[in-house]
Amino acid sequence: MNNNLLSLIKKESLHILRDKRTMLIVMLIPVLLMIIFGFAISTEVNNINIAVVASERTDGVKDAVSRIAHNDYFTFCGYIDQDRIDEYLRSGKVGTVIVFASDFDRRMEQIYAGIPSKPIIQLIVDGSNVNTASASIAYLQEILLGRASQQAMFETRMLFNPQMKSAYNFVPGTMGLIFILVCAIMTSVSIVREKEVGTMEVLLVSPVRPAKIVFAKMVPYFVISCVVLIMILLLAYFMLHVPISGGVWGIFTLSLLYLLLSLSLGLLVSTVAKTQTAALLISGMVMMIPILLLSGMLFPIENMPKFFEVLSNIVPARWYIDAIRKMMIQGSPLIAVWKESVILLGMTVAFFGLSLIKFNDKLE
Amino acid sequence: MRPFIVLLQKEFTQILRDTFLTRLMIILPMAIMLIAPLLATMDVRNVNVAVVDLDCSTTSQRIMSHIKASEYLTLIKATDKFDLAMQELESGTVDIIVQIPDHLERDMTVSTPEKISITANAVNATKGSIGTQYVIQTIAHTLIELRNDKGLNRLSEVLTVQNRFNPTLNYRHYMIPALMILIFILVCGFLPALNIVKEKEIGTIEQINVTPVSRFTFILSKLIPYWIIGILVLIAAMIITWLVYGLAPAGSIWVIFFGAVLFILTISGFSLTIANFSDTMQQIMFVLFFFIMIFILMSGLITPIDSMPGWAQKFTYILPPRYIIDILRSVYLKGTTLAELWRDFTALGSFAVLFNILAAVTYKKQA
Repeated sequence: MNNNLLSLIKKESLHILRDKRTMLIVMLIPVLLMIIFGFAISTEVNNINIAVVASERTDGVKDAVSRIAHNDYFTFCGYIDQDRIDEYLRSGKVGTVIVFASDFDRRMEQIYAGIPSKPIIQLIVDGSNVNTASASIAYLQEILLGRASQQAMFETRMLFNPQMKSAYNFVPGTMGLIFILVCAIMTSVSIVREKEVGTMEVLLVSPVRPAKIVFAKMVPYFVISCVVLIMILLLAYFMLHVPISGGVWGIFTLSLLYLLLSLSLGLLVSTVAKTQTAALLISGMVMMIPILLLSGMLFPIENMPKFFEVLSNIVPARWYIDAIRKMMIQGSPLIAVWKESVILLGMTVAFFGLSLIKFNDKLE
Repeated sequence: MRPFIVLLQKEFTQILRDTFLTRLMIILPMAIMLIAPLLATMDVRNVNVAVVDLDCSTTSQRIMSHIKASEYLTLIKATDKFDLAMQELESGTVDIIVQIPDHLERDMTVSTPEKISITANAVNATKGSIGTQYVIQTIAHTLIELRNDKGLNRLSEVLTVQNRFNPTLNYRHYMIPALMILIFILVCGFLPALNIVKEKEIGTIEQINVTPVSRFTFILSKLIPYWIIGILVLIAAMIITWLVYGLAPAGSIWVIFFGAVLFILTISGFSLTIANFSDTMQQIMFVLFFFIMIFILMSGLITPIDSMPGWAQKFTYILPPRYIIDILRSVYLKGTTLAELWRDFTALGSFAVLFNILAAVTYKKQA
């Protein structure tokens, strides 16, 4: 009996190994994505272009401008005329225009002396780019008002990510997306292809039990995903310097569970889809969009309308990404994410069971 | 001309016959335009705050009530033990802890009061930094108010802010125009590429190859249906955004259409080139997935291009979506004109020519 299974697994592995190009693509793409996103993507706002309108370039104005020009967040693009503000903002040459009042120096002294004054600085911001606009306003208030504002009263600490690296947020997210897509696409297509070509019939009339056929299909893909997983963890640790502070074994165990879940999901897709196109579209497009939007990978779930916040609970990637973030970056042990683990386990069992039932149904 | 019309007829019949595909082409764009703007918000709202109040004064009460009233901040917990708040932060229920020092109120009159400490969970760097700024602004505002009440040395608002083009800083308005390109990528890029590779894998492409139909005719007949569908979907998407989100273009509709047509040509040429190099659907799916991820994450759709490191910013110049996203956003929100966007249009036009030539050259009639 075991001989049957072994030779089936061997057959599947040969199928996969023979197609060198696909193998290469499957192994290479996750790694490339990881590198690009780890290094290139940043949600933090910097390099905002600034123009200044000042009818008189007094010492106070020059001082303020030089403080802005020396700040890493801003690039100073020069002084412009009052009537060109609109044109500069509309064409996207600058993101923010600062307008200084004509008697800026005198009024600033009044303010330091505690005498009430009307506003003397106006920020005109390109609000079409929302996060850049809010960040720009906040930074400029800090730079321009320094002494006059209350900034000096606060002491801030950024926990877990003092250098404010976006990679800390992106690495777990990308892992959650890549695994589910790689595993689901690979298994579903390989099963549906046999159906479409007709070789599935041949396998089914053989004395091997259907469960074994399916199992044999999953084993090689599981091995490939494990290799991808190891590569990604090594990359994250050594190249992106993401701390794996919660213990590598915890992360590894949970990721293995997640791989199994993704494989079962692929299996389920393959029982529903009749053609390869349908299987690819379901596992690729129909699944990709909810994962991108609802997993909390990019967009915070707590910002969403209540209905979608509830709906996001059925997206497996959401739980995995949550747990990996806690373990990788906050350094929680596996025990601390027991809730996420149990949910993922439950989903795996449900997907696997459902697809076995559907698979057996088809045969009768 | 005759074979061309017949081929076109064949493609349309095949697309319409495939109920799964037609449903997908209707439902997916609608879903993207209706649902994605609700979800794709990266503006920082709902920052959960815990206050560790060591002062227990009217000042700290006032600060807490201001945090409660803020539209961005939610007061989750008020306690006098930092450790309790820290536990909440580690479990993720709290994002920012504000610790109000003992004697804050008494020290208000002193020139150097003890500092208010703010501890943020910065796993998500954006939320950490912008959230902290919100907290600082809220508390600073409270303190100014209190000082003014007591007639202490007054601090006035010396700075005003004016948000052009999107006065309420509505994040949805920022995302909606850009989300339209997702539809183009999926409908005009993905679908025709899958279609051609499918013919390759099944072998029916051989039958076309042995006919006297030229490769240009064949490829054009494959693409034109998706171009038409792409434009129809764009019109539908614009109507939806207008009806549902009340967002109409501030600039000319024709500039939007011109940009969209150029981008549709570019993306279909691009995916055809990839299709020419792929043998199986599995392969092309992976390669397309790879590019879509790069398009979505690197061309300014979600994260600003300006914040990328220098080399990555240069790299974005070879990504066609970068230009169409800029065009759609500028025209929709700012009313930018064709003349002001000439750089984007030139780049997009060149890509359209380049990729379509590439697609035609790499298509081989012999296997």
